[in-house]
Amino acid sequence: MVSSQSNRNPARIPALGFRALALVVLSILLMWLDHRENHLDAVRRAIGAAVYPIQIIVDAPARLWGWTREVTTSKNDLQLENSRLRTEALITRGRTQELAALKAENDRLRAMLDAREQVRGEVRVAEIMAVDANPYRHNIVLGVGSSDGVYDGQAIVDASGVVGQVIETGFTTSQAILISDPDHTLPVVVNRNGLRTVVFGTGQYNRLDLPFLANNADIQPGDLLVTSGLGGTFPSGYPVAVVETVTRIPQEPFADVTAVPAAALDQVREVMLIYTSNREDGAADE
Amino acid sequence: MSSSRPLRNMPVLITILVAFMLMIMPLPDAVASFRPDWLALVLIFWAMSVPRSYSVGVAWLLGIVLDVAQGTMLGQHALALCVIVYITIKFHLLMRVFPLSQLTATVFALLALYQFLLFWINGVAGVSAPAVDYWGPVVTGTFIWPIVSIFLSGMRYRVQMGR
Repeated sequence: MVSSQSNRNPARIPALGFRALALVVLSILLMWLDHRENHLDAVRRAIGAAVYPIQIIVDAPARLWGWTREVTTSKNDLQLENSRLRTEALITRGRTQELAALKAENDRLRAMLDAREQVRGEVRVAEIMAVDANPYRHNIVLGVGSSDGVYDGQAIVDASGVVGQVIETGFTTSQAILISDPDHTLPVVVNRNGLRTVVFGTGQYNRLDLPFLANNADIQPGDLLVTSGLGGTFPSGYPVAVVETVTRIPQEPFADVTAVPAAALDQVREVMLIYTSNREDGAADE
Repeated sequence: MSSSRPLRNMPVLITILVAFMLMIMPLPDAVASFRPDWLALVLIFWAMSVPRSYSVGVAWLLGIVLDVAQGTMLGQHALALCVIVYITIKFHLLMRVFPLSQLTATVFALLALYQFLLFWINGVAGVSAPAVDYWGPVVTGTFIWPIVSIFLSGMRYRVQMGR
């Protein structure tokens, strides 16, 4: 035993220092390749595949423990957990929907804020609560009333243009007429040349009529119509509609001109009420 | 003689395999940073006892496998294990005659060097980890060394007698 011990002298282990040094250099080379260049993914995968069975064995106790706990959970606990998860799922789903609505609302409000830059005077955002739409009546109910300072004849706009005006003010709600209502007329000017005319509702959300334009009137498709402010109800300068078709009929005194409302009358959910300084006049107009 | 060699090596290989499994076994986060370096401890012991069979080459290969299993840089643990096994073999005759307390102190130094190498390589490569992740295993490894040592000594006699 003693003699065999002396045979196993560290000096007799062949080239130990050289081998260690070579392996250290090899390690450094490997690390450099691995860290800087990611060239060794294939090697890593190969060794990983070889180690995988060991990893499965090592993970087995933890997995067994989890499985045992799952199996031995009482039915009561499971039911409790199930109902809790159901509630959570419901709440989460509701929140998700809310989020989508909020996002859309936010976009609209942002667009309105842009529009508000152009609005001179105070405005108030109101929500449309109900829509009463048949071909002869385009009315909406707003969620604000005289308690909020709403008055008859108040102008209503949205992000892109004029929507209508208030016709009846309740305490907390008010009724408004859209510019597309057949009974509604609105004094406008052609933005391009200042030509004055009147816009009539047609009973269709996407069409307005301009019946009192002479055949030789300077108007063409694409002209923007803005409020003139002459009726007293609307402040001047709000976009109302864009001229769509101009049909000149020689034997008739007036041209047949139609326009598309600037506001998306059938899509708006929030509108802005404009407080003008000459509100007494505006109220008398209706 | 050569035919009985694999059989004789079986206990050693099993202890190395067990150490490796303990290294990659999932542990709760609170405990994981105090996981002793089982593989380093076992390799130190076998390098000290049978330096001809379990030398730097074996340590290096196991280090590479450990690197893959732990997702560290390829060669990091290999280098560190290689260095401590080299030092162990250099001083293995001395270490064999150390009393347990002195041997434990030596193992502490080796484990500290091992962790320092890992720490240093991480530093050079720009990988950061909290300091306790490095020094926790040194402490726990040192405390556990006497137990490992006594446990493995039982096998050592079988392995060495067969030689």
